[in-house]
Amino acid sequence: MKLKVHVWRQANASSKGKFETHEVSDISPDMSFLEMLDVLNEELVDHEKEPVAFDHDCREGICGTCSLVINGEAHGPQRAATTCQLHMRKFDDGDEIWVEPFRAGAFPVIRDLVVDRKAFDRIIQAGGFITARTGSACDANEIPVSKEIADRAMDAAACIGCGACVAACPNASAMLFTAAKVRHLNMMPQGQPEREVRVRNMVSQMDAEGFGACSNHFECEAACPKEISVEFIAEMNREFLGAMVKADNTVPKRG
Amino acid sequence: MNAERTSSAKDASAGGNGTLNSHCPTGPIETRWDKHRFDMKLINPANKRKYNVIVVGSGLAGAAASATMGELGYNVDCFCYQDSPRRAHSIAAQGGINAAKNYQNDGDSVFRLFYDTVKGGDYRARESNVYRLAQVSVNIIDQCAAQGVPFAREYGGLLANRSFGGAQVSRTFYARGQTGQQLLLGAYQALERQIATGKVTMHPRTEMLELIVVDGRARGIVTRDMVSGEIKTHVADCVVLATGGYGNAFYLSTNAKGCNAMAIWRAHRKGAFLANPCFTQIHPTCIPVKGKYQSKLTLMSESLRNDGRVWVPKYEDDIGKAPGDIPEEERDYYLERRYPAFGNLVPRDVASRAAKAVCDEGRGVGSTGLGVYLDFEEAVGRLGKQAVSERYGNLFDMYHHITDEDPYAVPMRIFPAVHYTMGGLWVDYNLMSNLPGLFVLGEANFSDHGANRLGASALMQGLADGYFVAPSTVANYLATVTPGAVDKGHEDVKAARSTVKERVSKLLGVGGKRSPDSFHRELGLLCWDKCGMARSESGLKDALEKIPALREEFWENVRVMGTGEQFNQELEKAGRVADFLEFSELMVRDALNREESCGGHFREEHATEEGEAKRNDEDFCYVAAWEHGGDGNEPKLHKEALNYEYCKLTQRSYK
Ligand code: FES
Repeated sequence: MKLKVHVWRQANASSKGKFETHEVSDISPDMSFLEMLDVLNEELVDHEKEPVAFDHDCREGICGTCSLVINGEAHGPQRAATTCQLHMRKFDDGDEIWVEPFRAGAFPVIRDLVVDRKAFDRIIQAGGFITARTGSACDANEIPVSKEIADRAMDAAACIGCGACVAACPNASAMLFTAAKVRHLNMMPQGQPEREVRVRNMVSQMDAEGFGACSNHFECEAACPKEISVEFIAEMNREFLGAMVKADNTVPKRG
Repeated sequence: MNAERTSSAKDASAGGNGTLNSHCPTGPIETRWDKHRFDMKLINPANKRKYNVIVVGSGLAGAAASATMGELGYNVDCFCYQDSPRRAHSIAAQGGINAAKNYQNDGDSVFRLFYDTVKGGDYRARESNVYRLAQVSVNIIDQCAAQGVPFAREYGGLLANRSFGGAQVSRTFYARGQTGQQLLLGAYQALERQIATGKVTMHPRTEMLELIVVDGRARGIVTRDMVSGEIKTHVADCVVLATGGYGNAFYLSTNAKGCNAMAIWRAHRKGAFLANPCFTQIHPTCIPVKGKYQSKLTLMSESLRNDGRVWVPKYEDDIGKAPGDIPEEERDYYLERRYPAFGNLVPRDVASRAAKAVCDEGRGVGSTGLGVYLDFEEAVGRLGKQAVSERYGNLFDMYHHITDEDPYAVPMRIFPAVHYTMGGLWVDYNLMSNLPGLFVLGEANFSDHGANRLGASALMQGLADGYFVAPSTVANYLATVTPGAVDKGHEDVKAARSTVKERVSKLLGVGGKRSPDSFHRELGLLCWDKCGMARSESGLKDALEKIPALREEFWENVRVMGTGEQFNQELEKAGRVADFLEFSELMVRDALNREESCGGHFREEHATEEGEAKRNDEDFCYVAAWEHGGDGNEPKLHKEALNYEYCKLTQRSYK
């Protein structure tokens, strides 16, 4: 296949970016999208040009490193797949492809297609954990967890933290990411003691990072490579309201 | 300085005549770890905050160690090349984690897990270390469950188990096909909690380019900020490497693209011994290579072999036929035929070599002839499509995505690929290298898997080292040193920094014609051909000529675009490839030295009539620990003899 690729180039966070157009040929339908970019980069290096920077690592859809908005869609046209799992057989000979970084105020561009997603780590720091000092745990079978709960917690925990939900959302909201972690931990019996403080702190941190609000577009669910359900957002909202009301009434506020 | 470094390193671990002291406790094996823990020095809670610890790597071992040591009160600096510690490659492990819980009441015990691991490793691991691993395996499951890891459950709410990789008991815990992900997220979340308290400082997108050694002790690292390009020094009271394996020396492997051997190789060049680098694991169930552009290989979990049957056509002329057109009696279920007792569940090394053998005979399937079928027809008939999809649905989807073939309709095609490396930096019982103050955890060390790792044991080792072993043994070491003894102004610290700066400018200044990737591909192919599933004296000798030549060409003809003061992925790759070009020579040399077939290391000269591996316990029941000889000199071999008091050395047989 022969393709025309319009790719976003930006030297660093403070410079202005623009699209650059390249032709790539000899693209096999069995190649992954990232392998197509590898081919483009080899050619650029051959012509003594700087290759396109893009994030990737596992290339098997689990680490959450790869990103890219392809023809306007986060992770491209294939449902339930990351960019590294997208194959060129989804495109036709002669196609034009537009490749951009994940765009959001809270994800500043580092270079070309690479963005900074540290805001997600800070949301986890705010409460995305269960406090369990190493070595202090009881026997794992002492706290049974029904299969139903474990399965549903796993549905939420499958999030790979790639940020496609943010990139796909017209408001650049991080609700799906945050809700997935809140719900995973708040469903588990081990997560009960911290459940209210967890949801309060994670949601506040999400707001502080500058992510937008959710106005029920549900683009996030459509873009999510792990098909995390928007139901978790509704559940988190209920928990958040409950936790806030309780915090106002009973818990003295922290400074 | 070289001589001084070597002699002080020797004081710690290496005796005369090339023997090494593992510092294993004595006494009954069941009591060794407890006794050792009691004997080790403690640090007063108020003093812990005076100590600084550097941890490189944020996978299971690195994240667990950083979180635990932060929690204990040390000041921890944790480094990773990824944009977030949550992305380390432990995340990709699919199948599960072993633990000797005996929740299934099927006869498992700590002793049995220990025995299976030593035997599965083909008797090239240290008994004391492996026993401890089996012991703490039970604590790991407790710890992870307490963190909220959503392990698979039975209807009654108790933890579910499966049998994995040919184990005769069901001791594997799992979270769908994403066990590594869930365990890593547990460790990552514990780590983020410590980052929030300020006890751990995280340095993402930061690569370690050098180890700082002062007076024979590991004292810090030199790093490059991958966003700004800034070269920085960090000093501490000890350095912990948890940087994973070296599988990417082969270019194509199941490792993530960024996985590299730079940290362990830099440490090796500074005096740390590298042990058994020829022990590499080739995983039997990966998706075959499609074309030249291939950038990595994808593993299909070994659990598939629980229900899938492996076969190739009996006759060479049938290889072009659609699998459905080949009648049952013209199929060769070669694993079931050759190993009736274990069938499709033989250990990884055995399954991989058997696949190679049938492909060498010309009976491999797929366009390249390098593939065998993994067939679920019988399983679907026996269990129903629903049950098969419940067990393996996500794996089938993944296969479908990549190959565009539906495994419910046509058998999968699989082929072995480099997956894990058992070799690594030499460590003693305390997980400390011969270089005092340098600790090495997880896949980066050589310690627990011998010549072959059993399925679902990598996650176990990473977390055992990180949560339970290193936090105590590091304390024992720290208690012997004065905190903050070295500062950034020290001559050796400054010298390490200038070496790194020179190296970076040298890479950028070569101005040749070939990309770093093109060298990496060539090296990988060479390693795969000569030092892959089967190795021969002539092939290895050939590689020993070709690798240095390729390395020479690299330094004359590599082209690294861009500058050092920017986000520069070409520069990152070039540095890693340069080290693989040195590392792989040692791997080949070790393979040449080891005149036996054992675990993942198969020497064609050492096989039985039926082509099975022939171990040589008489001459090779030792750990080969290599000391760097300086550029242009041969490395020096140190041997650590392996003594088996509890496991009986037998020839593995899966017939
Ligand atoms: S590179 Fe890991 S998910 Fe795409």
